[in-house]
Amino acid sequence: MENQMAKNTMSPRRRIVNILVHVLLGILAIIWVLPIVWIVLTSFRAEPGAYTTTFLPQGYTLNNYIKLLTDRNVLNFPKMFTNTLIISIISCVISTFFVLSVAYSLSRMRFKFRKPYMNMAMILGLFPGFMTMIAQYFILKSMGLTEGASIRIGLIVVYCACTGLGFQISKGFFDTIPRSIDEAAIIDGATQWQVFTRITLPLSKPIVIYTVMTAFIAPWVDFIFAKVLCRANADQFTVAIGLWNMLQKEYIYQWYTCFAAGAVLISIPIAILFLYMQRFYVEGMSGAVKG
Amino acid sequence: MKEDRITVLNALRNGDLFTRLSAVFMGAGMLGHRQIVKGVLVLLLEVAFFVFMATSGLHNLGMLPSLGTEAQGEVWNEAKQIYEYTAGDNSQQILLAGVVTCFVIVGFVALWILQMRHSYKLQKLIEDGKEVPTLREDIKNLFNGNLHMTLMTLPCIGILIFNVVPLVYMISMAFTTYSKEGEHLILFDWDGINQFLRVLNMNGNIGRQFWHVLGWTIIWAVFATFLNYILGMVLAMVINRKDTKGKAFWRFCFVLSIAVPQFVTLMIMNIMLQPSGAINVLLMNAGLITEPIPFWTNTMLARITIIVINLWVGIPYTMLQVTGILQNIPGELYEAARMDGAGPVKVFFKITLPYMLFVTTPYLIASFVGNINNFNIIYLLSGGGPTMVGDTAGQTDLLVTWLYKLTIDQQYYNLGAVIGIMTFVILTIVTLVTYRNSSSYKNEEAFM
Repeated sequence: MENQMAKNTMSPRRRIVNILVHVLLGILAIIWVLPIVWIVLTSFRAEPGAYTTTFLPQGYTLNNYIKLLTDRNVLNFPKMFTNTLIISIISCVISTFFVLSVAYSLSRMRFKFRKPYMNMAMILGLFPGFMTMIAQYFILKSMGLTEGASIRIGLIVVYCACTGLGFQISKGFFDTIPRSIDEAAIIDGATQWQVFTRITLPLSKPIVIYTVMTAFIAPWVDFIFAKVLCRANADQFTVAIGLWNMLQKEYIYQWYTCFAAGAVLISIPIAILFLYMQRFYVEGMSGAVKG
Repeated sequence: MKEDRITVLNALRNGDLFTRLSAVFMGAGMLGHRQIVKGVLVLLLEVAFFVFMATSGLHNLGMLPSLGTEAQGEVWNEAKQIYEYTAGDNSQQILLAGVVTCFVIVGFVALWILQMRHSYKLQKLIEDGKEVPTLREDIKNLFNGNLHMTLMTLPCIGILIFNVVPLVYMISMAFTTYSKEGEHLILFDWDGINQFLRVLNMNGNIGRQFWHVLGWTIIWAVFATFLNYILGMVLAMVINRKDTKGKAFWRFCFVLSIAVPQFVTLMIMNIMLQPSGAINVLLMNAGLITEPIPFWTNTMLARITIIVINLWVGIPYTMLQVTGILQNIPGELYEAARMDGAGPVKVFFKITLPYMLFVTTPYLIASFVGNINNFNIIYLLSGGGPTMVGDTAGQTDLLVTWLYKLTIDQQYYNLGAVIGIMTFVILTIVTLVTYRNSSSYKNEEAFM
């Protein structure tokens, strides 16, 4: 009887709480989605310039996209796009191999250098990332990788070289795969290499996909190192520097709406990749923490 | 049994002719103990090392104490009627070459120790009448028992060349006069700890800015880390509530913002919040304000804006990351709390938060470190501004962005390096203290 009473008095209160929660979520969702909607609208805006007196565009056009994809004189976006694509494909292959190799070795193999390596990785991670940037630039310069077309190689080297320090998430995932599976395979005569390539990797699809995609996305969103390395070599620019340049004083009036168009264009593939790999990201994270 | 251990000392003491010979002719021990290919390779490496030392290594080391003395000279050429420049010393290159040479020497010593031990091991294998592994077996083993060597060599070389060497190089720069101040950009000298004293001295101009920037960096990191963490967790819990409808839709709305590259959203936020940007236009059109809000030129407002925008950027990430872990919290804990009559707030602070803190301390430390080193958000939003006249650091500059300004914009390389080292020291202290005091370190089994 008492229970029944409690349920009846709870019901309207719960309904109010429910409504409040949904209203709150709605407001928050608008706050989170509004800037994105605004970029998309701006990319179709007919009036040029960064600042307008109205929030919504007065006229709509596709010219921003056309200008972005065809104007090769001032800011050559198609060229930047191919540059970035080449860099990101190559560095994606190399750094995926690096990350997964290191993670597997640290998770499954036992060797003297293992603990020191993990401690070293932690210590190196505490230094500000681009404290090393200038020195890296000097080293690349002494290798002759800072002029003309070799800037691309320089960028690839920089994006890949230190990825061996970012093993934590993959290692955490490998740690959650039962060792008994490996042991069974080894008893059947498999070598460690075969265990790695034929057993662990196929079982770790989420984390492999996660690693590939983060490695692929990195060159698209890094602008600071690319800026230092490319300096004024406009034909080596990556997409990120190009977009950044469009917002500088000399270009912003003419290029602002094109910037929005460019932002939309590179966001679409990244968004699709991300929404697709979201599941793996969550799984990878919770695996890492559990391990 | 002690003399049986495989050490360099034992190799010298008990080694046979070949083992002892390899102290001078590296690889001799392997050549004499049926590992010809490996022996030849090691010997070649030794030759290469000595050639390198003779041609440039010794010179590099010799230049290191002075960092070069010849300034770039100007000589009047009578015949051509022009000034000709004589190449002077470039201290920056001398320092880099010196650091690299030091690394080469360390590598050589390590190789020497390894080959001594290896020779002695081979000698003992033969003495005990065991088989010496052939080259084919060694290579096979690289894909089995020694797979880690195969897999980790390239990544380690990458880290060495592009992380460790640069770091040592930058750290040594902190002890020099390499700076635009006093025209020390080409030729500079060792300077001891003067730059450190300058940064730590509260009365000097640079020192005052340092403590100022440090204070804001820590305030920023604390707010950014914990607000994101708690609010992201609350959001995840609200979406995961049993009674919330359309979970996937809500999650999609928030995750969408992650999918747009961060630097793009940050640049757009910067534009939107300018005096004549979209937000001010929207508010003025609605009649809520008459004057534009100075989001980036008022110190307090700029700091708050940055923290709020960081919430916008960070909450979806936290939400994604904690969703899985939240579902792992044992249901019995909640039931027991409900039986005892605890309200939702109490349950959150007594059960959810302690459990989450316990599981995610490493993640929290990582995100604190990430926030202290969060370059993009400051550089792209406020650019460190507003900046007082005569200062190199703005009111919203973090240590990292100040480091960037000092090195790239101002070319005060030595000061920049000092700031980098100080950041590292602070992060090390914070990490050690929080980790030591965290429950996951003190009591590993609390929730098991």
